[in-house]
Amino acid sequence: MSATEEKKPAEKKKIVPKKTPMPEQDPKVRGRNFDEVPFGYTPEQAQQEAARCIQCKKPSCMNGCPVNVDIPAFISLVVKGDYVGAARKIKETNCLPAICGRVCPQETQCEQQCSLAKKFEPVAIGRLERFAADYERENNLIELPAKPPPKGKKIAVVGCGPAGLTVAGDLIVLGFEVTIFEAFHRPGGVLMYGIPEFRLPKKIVEKEVEYLKNLGVTIDFNQVIGRSITMKELFEKLGYSAVFIGVGAGLPSFMGIPGEELGGVYSANEYLTRSNLMKAFLFPEFDTPIVKGKTVCVIGGGNVAMDSARTALRLGAENVYIVYRRSRAELPARAEEIHHAEQEGIIFKLLSGPVEIFGDERGMVNSIKCQEMELGEPDASGRRRPVPKKDAYFTIDTDLVIISIGGTANPLLTKSVTGLELNRWGNIVADQNGRTSLPRVWAGGDIVTGSATVIEAMGAGKKAAADIHTFLCEPDPAAAAWR
Amino acid sequence: MSRILTKRELVKDIFEMVVEAPLIASKAEPGHFVLVMPEAKGERIPLTIADFDRDAGTITLVIMVVGTTSMKTTRLPVGGSLYALVGPLGHPSEIENLGTVLMVAGGVGTAPIYPIARRLHEVGNRVVSIHGARSKGLLFWEEKIASVSHEHIITTDDGTYGRKGLVTEPLKEILENDREKKIGCVYAIGPAVMMKFCALTTKPFGVRTIASLNSIMVDGTGMCGGCRVDVGGKTLFTCVDGPEFDAHLVDWNTLMKRHKIYITEEKCSLDKYIEEAGIK
Repeated sequence: MSATEEKKPAEKKKIVPKKTPMPEQDPKVRGRNFDEVPFGYTPEQAQQEAARCIQCKKPSCMNGCPVNVDIPAFISLVVKGDYVGAARKIKETNCLPAICGRVCPQETQCEQQCSLAKKFEPVAIGRLERFAADYERENNLIELPAKPPPKGKKIAVVGCGPAGLTVAGDLIVLGFEVTIFEAFHRPGGVLMYGIPEFRLPKKIVEKEVEYLKNLGVTIDFNQVIGRSITMKELFEKLGYSAVFIGVGAGLPSFMGIPGEELGGVYSANEYLTRSNLMKAFLFPEFDTPIVKGKTVCVIGGGNVAMDSARTALRLGAENVYIVYRRSRAELPARAEEIHHAEQEGIIFKLLSGPVEIFGDERGMVNSIKCQEMELGEPDASGRRRPVPKKDAYFTIDTDLVIISIGGTANPLLTKSVTGLELNRWGNIVADQNGRTSLPRVWAGGDIVTGSATVIEAMGAGKKAAADIHTFLCEPDPAAAAWR
Repeated sequence: MSRILTKRELVKDIFEMVVEAPLIASKAEPGHFVLVMPEAKGERIPLTIADFDRDAGTITLVIMVVGTTSMKTTRLPVGGSLYALVGPLGHPSEIENLGTVLMVAGGVGTAPIYPIARRLHEVGNRVVSIHGARSKGLLFWEEKIASVSHEHIITTDDGTYGRKGLVTEPLKEILENDREKKIGCVYAIGPAVMMKFCALTTKPFGVRTIASLNSIMVDGTGMCGGCRVDVGGKTLFTCVDGPEFDAHLVDWNTLMKRHKIYITEEKCSLDKYIEEAGIK
């Protein structure tokens, strides 16, 4: 089709100001089950939403996507009713579309850049991505792309989370042999242990991982690189040409206040891992137990705190509090997650900082003492600093406390290698392509950036994969030179 | 991988399993532990490596049946496989020639003590082992401990074998008689309460005392913080900072309370399993 024949952009089309709503479970019902909250679009709803896209000549939405999905192209395929084509268009640059359609913060990425967003609500790109991927999967229409001849080079990926899966997906289709080494017994990393079932059903993670396995990716479970196999052995004994480290976030932080050692006080990592990965929400059908609380306090205001609070609710809590030091405006969680939590009845105790946790004679938590805060001058992060109010304390009787205040880098792998440059927080130093201070070693995701998002980890994986390809296959001196 | 090659009941409810794990065996050192998950719906538990054979590519686990996971693990057949086996994890024991070392093993703690004692023996220490059990019928690995000890003192709580009484009694006597301060270090591994009292016993003598903690864990790689323990006022993780710590600095009472967090759930789970599996 030549440019002259191309249909004119529908400038005159009357734009529907709001996104087509996505149906979801009633808050009262869903607060008591682990089923996914939104149901997803029907084909009709997807068509209706896709028609809102004005197919800009210079689409800005793609600038907001860390993995460069050709958004206008896939949306126009949805308009045409070619849903499978839309899914495959996305998969050209994103091997995990059903996951991204659910957990990407689109409001700060593609949708923020959407031209409609200046006057109206942006096109619901995330919902459309989810729809296309779900349509293809649910109708068993997933096909494997043709693979080029094998390149005869082996790549080791350490960690089976979003960064590692992306590296594996991008390199396997280029003809590399790829093995992912995973410390857990299940794939997915944070997608499996961190994000709850009601936000990201685990069967979807399994399906997307299965797609990569069908492409030829090998996953070696229960391997802790640096322990059962060293980095040196990956190169010298096992013959890998490159290693990508995507081991994710690390050790959970605690507040350092009295009482954190009590039973019923969890890090969010532990609480969510018990529930999500070990399926403690199905105890005793599954063997891993979890402390259930009637009144639950979650400390922190990020997405992980929202996930913890909503999980506690589903495990039978009557009152769930989010205790956060600053005000509502500073909550780091996505607006949608805060909205969902509020809808479900989570109570926000803002401008409140825990000072001590108390327990009974058995050593189980029974209350938490907090101090009221007010906002002072902005701190280094640019957010207004919480300042404790003198003599303004209150106590919440609680039988479960979940501490969700982030963490520090896991030293298990990084300490096992010499010469790998780390920053002062223990995160791996990597350049924009993921290259580390060690030749043939790339890194990306939370182990480089500290706690961030799934899609940012995937974006880092994508850049590293492209650079690994360049490094190994276009051996011009400039590309091959390490730093 | 993780295939069970041999299994035998050493004494009532304590099993020894030799498991095929060439990669773990190739890196294992005394003091390391592994995480074990018996089946897909199972729980992950830490077990200290009781022995390893790099040539054969095997590790030895000694498991006491106390709950669902240990029961499921020990009921797996020879030729069957553990669903997950991860390791070696934690810091290995610090091995050096300190002159004389006292190895105090209580109950199932005999198993992790053995490879440490063997290595300390190899590097030239005089190894004195105090090897305790509740009763004669519960004492195991007598010959193995003897083979790596210059002196081997056996105690039973009920006096059915060896000296009657607790391990802390000979421990105290030996320290009292050590006027020349030849004892460089005491290792105490066993139930938390035993380790606590060993620490209290050795403290007045100022002799370095190491304990290997058996905290509840999920991942074993530092990610969950469930195994946190107060050591000298600092919160440390047993999995990545331990499992061995200065026994004089460990807050034992808190550790023991943390062992009991899931006591109700553990009973519920075990009752259910015993009924479903038809175990008498």
